[in-house]
Amino acid sequence: MKKLGALIAAAALLVAGCGSSSGGSGNTTLTVFAAASLTESFTALKTAFESAHPGTEVKFNFAGSSSLVQQMSNGARADVFASADQANMDKAVQAGVIDGSPALFATNKLTIAVAPGNPKRITSFADLAEGGLTVVVCAPQVPCGSATQKVEQKTGVTLKPASEEQDVKQVLNKVQTGDADAGLVYVTDAAGAAGKVAQVDFPEAAQAINNYPIAVVKNAPQSDLARQWVQFVLGAQGRAELQKAGFGAP
Amino acid sequence: MPWVLWVPAALALALVVLPVVGLLVRTDLRRVPGLIVSEASLTALRLSLETAAVSTAACIVLGVPLAVVLARSAVPGIRVLRAVVLLPLVLPPVVGGLALLYLLGRKGFLGYVLDVTAGVQVPFTTAAVVIAQTFVAMPFLVVSLEGALRSGGDRYEQIASTLGARPWTVFRRVTLPLLLPALGSGAVLSFARALGEFGATITFAGSLDGVTRTLPLAVYTQAEVDVDSAVALALLLIVVAIVVIAVARPRALEGNVR
Repeated sequence: MKKLGALIAAAALLVAGCGSSSGGSGNTTLTVFAAASLTESFTALKTAFESAHPGTEVKFNFAGSSSLVQQMSNGARADVFASADQANMDKAVQAGVIDGSPALFATNKLTIAVAPGNPKRITSFADLAEGGLTVVVCAPQVPCGSATQKVEQKTGVTLKPASEEQDVKQVLNKVQTGDADAGLVYVTDAAGAAGKVAQVDFPEAAQAINNYPIAVVKNAPQSDLARQWVQFVLGAQGRAELQKAGFGAP
Repeated sequence: MPWVLWVPAALALALVVLPVVGLLVRTDLRRVPGLIVSEASLTALRLSLETAAVSTAACIVLGVPLAVVLARSAVPGIRVLRAVVLLPLVLPPVVGGLALLYLLGRKGFLGYVLDVTAGVQVPFTTAAVVIAQTFVAMPFLVVSLEGALRSGGDRYEQIASTLGARPWTVFRRVTLPLLLPALGSGAVLSFARALGEFGATITFAGSLDGVTRTLPLAVYTQAEVDVDSAVALALLLIVVAIVVIAVARPRALEGNVR
């Protein structure tokens, strides 16, 4: 009977979920929802922000921008949202989860990731359309994929990819394992994997610059702190950290 | 049966049923037919059904002998072997996909040999989807069969062989017929698992319309732009799974194991 009681208690817990994680020891928690591509730079900024704001802890939720919008529209608690593209920020605005108007804080552009040493001697975007190459791109539904599509349209070069991946890290992954000869990724991803992949920049990438907007979330539990984080990211320190990761200035 | 079991039983049922109800409540059901008959989703559905069928066949061809070996042989270390067979159940599917990539990818040790000697490249092909599905689904078949073999014992087999039947005859005329009910349920389980396979497929096979983009991958891709249509596709997957289980009606899944 004791066992059964424990079982029911466990089941009840399971049903109730472990949602009550708030209520720390007087610390304020700033919750930042950010695109997965910001993982390294935002994590680096966290320490500086926390020491400038004693008693504050910054918590991140890194994921694909569209999943983040989805989570917020379904009631996930967040203070700041940083999107990897304008489209998803627009979606968030339409869903009514954004307070004020978003600000651009970084740009990203595509590059060609190849094996170190570039064994297939790829030098241009048009090279990717040549036969015998296994090319992997992002699906058109995700930002890196729509940027790829834009470059294809502007250059008139049609790629025949072996796969349309769900996110840019998967593309990078397939270049790293050697299963793809080339992949279209962001310069920041290629920079993050320096040594494991080489990058071949191409001028047409400038035709499909990707903008990163950031905004305070409506009814943010820490709206003042949220505004300070946004200013921090837009400021000199944020700029320097983002530049280090390969992001361009807006 | 003690009545108190009803409480956790009801909670358990609610845990499975309520999320699906949530899905149905939030879905604009009038839009579903239109979303489902789109070219891309039909292609994905066809690919899913075909690959899951081939994977199930592969699970049977490879899994039946494996289950018999595991249940009947007295080789030392067989317990370790059984644990290894169950590994795909525990491995995060993405890791399973990476493992397959490291084996059969162009730089993987087997994939390299295949590429150099025969010019065969496995990743990004429909075959890769089947391999990924078979990898994750086979334990379901092996576990069902092995359980049936062990609980059934080997009485009939021993009698058959004392009556002079050769091992192959015993296997064909005694073991296999005894296995049939469990084979039915094991096959349906494998099929259902193959149908829902996502992580290993997207990691190992990639995602390309008509080649490797099965229904679960299509759902994921679609969710990036339009969650409602992703949900509609997921409902299609749920309906197909329920139809398959209801039509196949394996006896073991209905409670009468033998």
